Formats: sequence, structure tokens, C-alpha cells
Amino acid sequence: MPNVIYILLRRLHTPLLLLIGVYAVSVLGFTLIPGVASGGEPYYMDFFHAFYVVSYTATTIGFGELPHPFSPAQRLWATGSIYATVVAWIYAIGSLIATFQDPAFRALIAQNRVRRAVQHMGESFYLVCGYGDTGSALVRALTDYGLRAVVVDIDPNRVSALELEDLRSYAPGLCADAVEPQTLIEAGLQHPRCAGVIAVTNFDMVNLQIAITAKLLRPRLRVVCRAESRDVGANMASFGTDHIINPFDIFAERLALALHAPGMFLVHEWVTSVPHEPLREPLFPPHGRWIVCGYGRFGKALHERLAVEDISITVIEANPAGTQPPPGSVIGRGTEAHTLREAHVETAVGIVAGTDVDANNLSIIMTARELNPKLFMVARQNRLTNQAIFAAADLHLTMQRSSIIAHKIFALIRSPLLADFLTLAGTQTNEWANELAARISAVTQEKAPHIWAVRLNAQDAPALWQALMDGETVTLGDLFRDPHDREQTLGCIALLVKHEEKEPLLPTDDYELTAGDELLFCGRYRASQWMDWTLKNENVLKYLLHGEAPRGTASVREPAPSERM
Amino acid sequence: MNREKVVFAFFIVLALTLNFGFVIGEIDNPHHHNVYELYAALVVSLIATVLKFGDRTHLGSVLLATSLVADLQLIAAALVWGWAENTAPAGLTPSTMAAIVSLAAGAVLANVTSVVMLVAETLTIRR
Repeated sequence: MPNVIYILLRRLHTPLLLLIGVYAVSVLGFTLIPGVASGGEPYYMDFFHAFYVVSYTATTIGFGELPHPFSPAQRLWATGSIYATVVAWIYAIGSLIATFQDPAFRALIAQNRVRRAVQHMGESFYLVCGYGDTGSALVRALTDYGLRAVVVDIDPNRVSALELEDLRSYAPGLCADAVEPQTLIEAGLQHPRCAGVIAVTNFDMVNLQIAITAKLLRPRLRVVCRAESRDVGANMASFGTDHIINPFDIFAERLALALHAPGMFLVHEWVTSVPHEPLREPLFPPHGRWIVCGYGRFGKALHERLAVEDISITVIEANPAGTQPPPGSVIGRGTEAHTLREAHVETAVGIVAGTDVDANNLSIIMTARELNPKLFMVARQNRLTNQAIFAAADLHLTMQRSSIIAHKIFALIRSPLLADFLTLAGTQTNEWANELAARISAVTQEKAPHIWAVRLNAQDAPALWQALMDGETVTLGDLFRDPHDREQTLGCIALLVKHEEKEPLLPTDDYELTAGDELLFCGRYRASQWMDWTLKNENVLKYLLHGEAPRGTASVREPAPSERM
Repeated sequence: MNREKVVFAFFIVLALTLNFGFVIGEIDNPHHHNVYELYAALVVSLIATVLKFGDRTHLGSVLLATSLVADLQLIAAALVWGWAENTAPAGLTPSTMAAIVSLAAGAVLANVTSVVMLVAETLTIRR
């Protein structure tokens, strides 16, 4: 704020000096010029009356000639001072309005507002740099989940888009260049409540700069970065960036997963989904030869992955000199029927349209569908705004870069246990995943599952912690009981327990809890609220354990039904 | 030579000299204190204040503060004078005059501080 006042005062230097000068001369003139009193004797105005006369003439109020009718000399002076003072006022007010309308000044005011909002942040928040497709999806997911976000973007249009967005909590948006450390500091990098920095701007070098700034200024802060080139990714990893997201690698990995373990793919998609999303239908990609159109960064990552899975691939690439596709590739864009025929589209089982032009990708899909209607079709969607046409194209799988990054980052942020779970789940068989998928869909009923973590300590689970300290035996099954009727169960599944560095997957109901355990659950949002009640209220816990404590004496109020999910 | 600095120093020193000129004399004798001098001191003091606007340095802030103090004292003195001349039943008595002059004397002190700081700053600049 002080900056704004200083700049305002500096801009108003000249108008203020002019006003003081004109007033001073006018007032002085009135005290020096003789007038005629009612009796005919000459009189001189004192300073008080002179100031009074100038004040009401300068503001064009004009009470008349006070205290006595003016002499001709006074009238002459009054005429001059009216013009001088009115012009001075108009100039001063004009300068004031011009200053307020100056874009630089308005930007400064907006910046101050954000800085104040960030300073007063009472809950932990994430600093999101870049509010493009990815950033906006991520901010929505974070706020829906109940976390706060501060946004930095260089484009004023995007910042105003954020202001118009209807989010659950206010996310301040700073319009500034995130490359400059000062910007990040203003956006709350050094704020004690800042929980992490997420760099998802369009430029790898900017993300790199953000990561290094964050790691130098707050070494222990979690930093998540998007890097489309592996070079920059390796660079980020070299100074300890916590998570580096390469959208091409991730999608290639997901597609490979979908091909060889559809059940695992489904579990992956479900537990990393964002709130309010419908559950994705199971996919069953066929086995056989695939066609990949476009051998850029995405095509290369996909080729690498699928080669590991032992899937044969035919590449179609328009610019073989620049991309160096593997031998046996077809040269062409893939949008024409003859290139697709050359790649033997009739005998292929699936096609991936992975060029960086959305119109070409759709064209490839449409042409390929005419040649072979049974193809499994995957397309890369580059721009979020093309959502409607990609939906209409009726594809089996759409790879939307921004949403993939947003999902991945959201999953990482939500709970570190979830990342552990996904790693461990990766080592399991597809049958295991199919069984888990069936259990998840039974408890969540067509909505994205809510994932929550619980730590059994005195702070997060006081009632349970006390019971464990008193030597009670509490099993996981006891936690799953419904506080309204202990014979019923809450619809949720324990995905993972972290117990003294050991991490058993899918613990059974007779698992005995110990203090300090960390648990990861999956289920409906309501189940997480009821469980929270059990963890915090000893009467409820007693009732669930032994079926005794009279209900209604609860010292903690029943949680209010929330509309979150 | 910096024209801006000349103007700045000129007004700060002029504010002090005019103010001092008004205050000097017997404290309760209206003949020793000219109303035009008070007026000039007030106007110059206001101009000096505006000149100090927008200086973000520490010294600039302190100079602005002392200048605002001087303005406040002089405006109070002018108001007392105006009240005594126009509304007070007894008119301008020696005791009112003493009040006016002592208010203006307070402003002198503030102006002296300004000038001392200005001189001190100037001395720290080496060529």
C-alpha cells in the first residue's frame, strides 16, 4: 500500500503546487485590494474573509460579494482569480483521475490487493505458476478438495479469467512474470503457510527458473514442475525438484498400462481423478499391431513404452528428416487415405493420432475409421477448447495434455501415501487390480472416489489415539463401522497402511491398528466425514468398539452434512 | 547544479526564515508580529510539504513528517488569529497573541529540524 500512496503523491506534485500557488496569490490579492464598507469608508479584507471568498469562487459555488459589495478593483481581481482557481482545480482533478486510470497504477493497486490477500492467508496454500489449461484445471481441483491456491500468470487476460471463475474459495491471482524471484515472494513463496510450488507454465525454461528459485529460497518446500523436454527434466531433478511431470511420458505410460493391464489402468485413473468427475468406463484395448501417427516427443515416448510391452508399431511421420523415425516407417501426415493404406490400416488393431495439430488428429481418426471401422482409436488433444469436437468424434481414449498433468499433480499433492500406493500397485497383477476396481466401484457408485489419509496421532485422531494408549485393541474393521449403527459399515476401502516403514497394500479388516500408523482410504466423501467423527470422539469410538456408550452424550457435534460430494 | 535540489532547499530554508521572522519580537505584542508574514510562512511551508511528497527514502519520510508538523502548527496559529479577529468578544488580546506566536514558534522548531537534516545530508555527499 505505501507504494501506491507515494506514487499517487508524486504524480500529483505539479497540480498540488499549482493549487497552493493560485490560492496563495488570490487570497493575498483580496487582502491587499481596498474595498468600500457600507458607510462609504475604505476597508481591507482580513485573511479569513479573503480565504472564504476564494474558496467559494474557486469551487464555482459563488455566494456573491461578501461581506460588502466589491469595489471595481476587487471585481477585477475576483475575475482573474475565478479563472485561475477553476483551471487549477480542473487540472488537479484531471490529473488525479488520469493517475487512477493509468494501467501501470491500476496494476500496482491489483498487485497490492493480492499481496495483502496472500499475507492474510490463514490456511496452507499452493502457489500455482501458470494459469493455462493445466493451471485452471488444477486450481479448480485444489479448491474443490478444500485447499487454497495462489496463482501467478504473466497474461492479464488469464488473471481476469481467474477472477471470473466460480471457485469454492478465493484464489488470489497475481499478474506478473514468474521468472522473477520477487514475483514468487510476493505471491507467498516465503509465507509459512505455503505448502508447495507448482510450475505449469507453457515454457520449460520458466518452470526451471521457478523450481530453482523455490528450492533456493525454501529448500524444504515441495516443488512440482512440468517439463516437456527430458533435458530440462533432468536439470530440474539435479537440484532436487520433488516431482517432474512430463505429459508425454505419462500418457505413453498410461496407454501402455491400458494395453497390457486394463484393470490396473482403471484403478490408476480412479484414484487420481479429481472431485466431481464421473468414473471412467473400463477400457479393453485389443492386442495386435498399432499405428502411431506423428513421431514427435509424444510419438517417441509412446514408441519407447509400447516397444517394452512387445507391441508391434507402424509409425507414420511427415517429417522423417527432423524426427528420425524407426526403419519401416511410412512417410506422410496420416490424414490421407493412401498413407494409412500404406501402413496397412486394414490389419491394424488400433491407431494413435499423436500430432501436435488437433485438426490433423481428428482428420486421421475420421479417415482411419472409414478404412477400418473396428480400430481402437486414441487421439491427442492439444487444446482444451476443442473439447466439444473431440467428444463428438467418439474416441476410445483422448489424451488431453492439460488434464493429464492436472490429475497427476493433484494426486501427488493430495497425499504422499497415494504416490506410494500407486508405485506398490504397479507391482501387482492385473487380476488383483480388477478385483480392487470392482470393490471401488461398489462403494463409490459412479462418482470419482474420495481419497483421504489418516495419521493415528494425538492431533488428527485424538479419541483413537487415547484408546490405543489405554491398551485397547482396535482393528481396521472397527473403523469401518457406521456411527449410527455399528452393525452397518461405512462404504470405504483401506488402500494402504504405513506402519514403521512397512507398507502393506489393502490391509484386511482384522488388521490391528497401532499408534503412529498412516492409512490411506478410498470411498465416498460422507464416509470420510463419519470416520473423522469416530477418530475424534471417544463416545462414538466406544460405541463402535463395544456397542455400549449411550448415544446423544457426544461431546463433539455430529458433523454437518456437507454438499461437497 | 541540480535545479530541483535548488528549488527544494530554497523552499525549506525560506519556510524557516519567514517563520522565524514572524516569531521574533515580544511574544504578546501584536505590533511585533505581522499577519502577512504568518501567511507567507504558511504558504511556503505548504509548498515545501508538497515538494517532499513521493520521496521514498528514510530521510525523505522524516523530512515530510517535520514539514507536516510545521504545517499543522502554522494552520493552528492562523485559525486562532482568525477566531480572535472575527468571533472572540475581546478581539486580539495580548494573551491570544502569545498563543499564536507560541504555536508559530513550535513550527520554527520543526523547520529547524528540516534544515538541519538537509544540511547533514548535503555534508555526507562527497565529490
